[in-house]
Amino acid sequence: MEEKTILERLSKEFPGGVRETATSLGDEVVAIDKGALLQIAAFLRDGPGKFSMLLDLTCVDYAGEEPRFEMVYHLFSLLRNQRLRVKTRLSESDLRISSLTSLWKNADWLEREVYDLFGVHFEGHPDLRRLFMYDGFEGHPLRKDYPLRRRQPLIRLKE
Amino acid sequence: MPTRIQKQARQDTMLLNMGPSHPAMHGTIRIMLELDGERIVNSEVEVGYLHRGFEKTCEYRTYFSLLPYTDRLNYVSPLINNLGYVMTVEKMLGVEVPERAQFIRVLMSELSRISDHLTCLAAMAMECGAFTVFLYKMKAREFLWDVIEQTTGARMTTSYIRIGGVRADLHPGFDTVLKKAVEETRSVLKDVHGLLDKNKIFLNRTRDVAVISRDDAVSFGWTGPCLRSTGVSYDVRKAHPYLVYDRLKWEVPLGERGDNYDRYLVRMKEMEQSLRIIEQAAVRLPKSSRAFIAAGLPPAQAIRESRRRRVRTDIALSPNLEGSEGSRYPNILASGKGFVVPPKEETYTTIEGLIDHFKFFMRGHGLRPPKGEAYFAVEGGNGELGFYIVSDGTDRPYRLHLRAPCFHIVSALEQLIRGRYVADVIPTFGSMNMIGGELDR
Repeated sequence: MEEKTILERLSKEFPGGVRETATSLGDEVVAIDKGALLQIAAFLRDGPGKFSMLLDLTCVDYAGEEPRFEMVYHLFSLLRNQRLRVKTRLSESDLRISSLTSLWKNADWLEREVYDLFGVHFEGHPDLRRLFMYDGFEGHPLRKDYPLRRRQPLIRLKE
Repeated sequence: MPTRIQKQARQDTMLLNMGPSHPAMHGTIRIMLELDGERIVNSEVEVGYLHRGFEKTCEYRTYFSLLPYTDRLNYVSPLINNLGYVMTVEKMLGVEVPERAQFIRVLMSELSRISDHLTCLAAMAMECGAFTVFLYKMKAREFLWDVIEQTTGARMTTSYIRIGGVRADLHPGFDTVLKKAVEETRSVLKDVHGLLDKNKIFLNRTRDVAVISRDDAVSFGWTGPCLRSTGVSYDVRKAHPYLVYDRLKWEVPLGERGDNYDRYLVRMKEMEQSLRIIEQAAVRLPKSSRAFIAAGLPPAQAIRESRRRRVRTDIALSPNLEGSEGSRYPNILASGKGFVVPPKEETYTTIEGLIDHFKFFMRGHGLRPPKGEAYFAVEGGNGELGFYIVSDGTDRPYRLHLRAPCFHIVSALEQLIRGRYVADVIPTFGSMNMIGGELDR
């Protein structure tokens, strides 16, 4: 498998799921369909790549574009000493994506963070609650339509 | 609110609240414990008490002006945060940094790393009852922070490492101060080894307490000294070398068991390696071509002089603007126009310099990385400190995300303390080096 890069390997293995592969600024990037996420993630973790570490998981709000949200996963392979960025788009009307908690343990908190700040629902997450904001907080602060200076004090501020 | 545990708790157990304002929960974190006697049946960790909306704020700041916010992430090693952010933007812009600046960056980040480890272990030791160790380590940290303060002008809010280089050159007496700090730190490390390594109280609280397996540590996304304490050799400085780390000789210390004691020991050994790096970097630091300018003129007088004589090469600004003279630039800042703040004496004395200045600071101008995205990581005190920046071609980041190393480490806390005693929470939490500013962002 060494003669093939992981990107070629992925597009061969998942012809339906992989939309695009690219190298941007030295980072390897693969854009996939959100339906194939769990399969591809499992393949990456246990397959020849051995991407055993979920480095990071976040979301970007491309307000005005359709689909609006983009989930960004950064995987790392200790074996190959290689990072891989997996991206998938989510439309605002269907903000649901499968949870990766069954594959990586830190996905729990990372997905709670994204749920908190962007409002993405992770299907199969055992305990999807806000992580940073308090219960009863309205809206999702990292969305582009959430105003920078909107205040929602938990207790009434002194006049 | 820790709601999950309240729902799940058994009838015969007790719920105990630790934090967010608990002396051992440094960094405001709340742990709700479900106790059966002294034993922890279950727990729930609640974070977010220090959430300041760092990522949201950054979307509204220019690439240049958001640097001070990065100081406040891991406030014990702000220089490494500066470095991580700056190098990500440099990756997008494709800026080449002069060698001297690279060595200075290595020096500064290793000094910060030592102060980070010292702080973590000092607090951990103090909470286990070793107050002497705390004082010794704080003493060593003071010497390191003296070096940092004399170089950057601040102890914690440094904003020293800038896009394209560093803010100012090293001061003339740098070598002496550094040598003193290295000596003091070495002797403190020796003392601490003597005080703790075979100390029965310390061993009882840390040996085989909160053991994490290799697979679990990887699955939780642990990096840095905590991951290395389980025996996984992953250090960003070795795996993806940046700056001049690959030109220096040093090793990656590893642990075996992945318990609290190994996390302590790995940090202790890492500090020794950092001292090695500092000593080598200080020797190999390329010489500055700039002679130190002793006296300078206040800006107003410099402007007057320039009107009279139209010569700007011999105008030196007053020392309080040190670092902005053009003669320093070849060694510590990239030469490309538009990447760095234009030299102040040109801004004050020539119209071209003034235009350059405005082009740099005006809204919509200045640093504008090309459209795209980049992830870059450096080895922070706690592990892989990564920045993910999405640029839409304007002068502000469209999205900036920080991969905080201790976020992943603290997310394993619930699993680590399950089945242990209440007293074990303290050294376990201490060994993780949770930093609120970085975790909550």
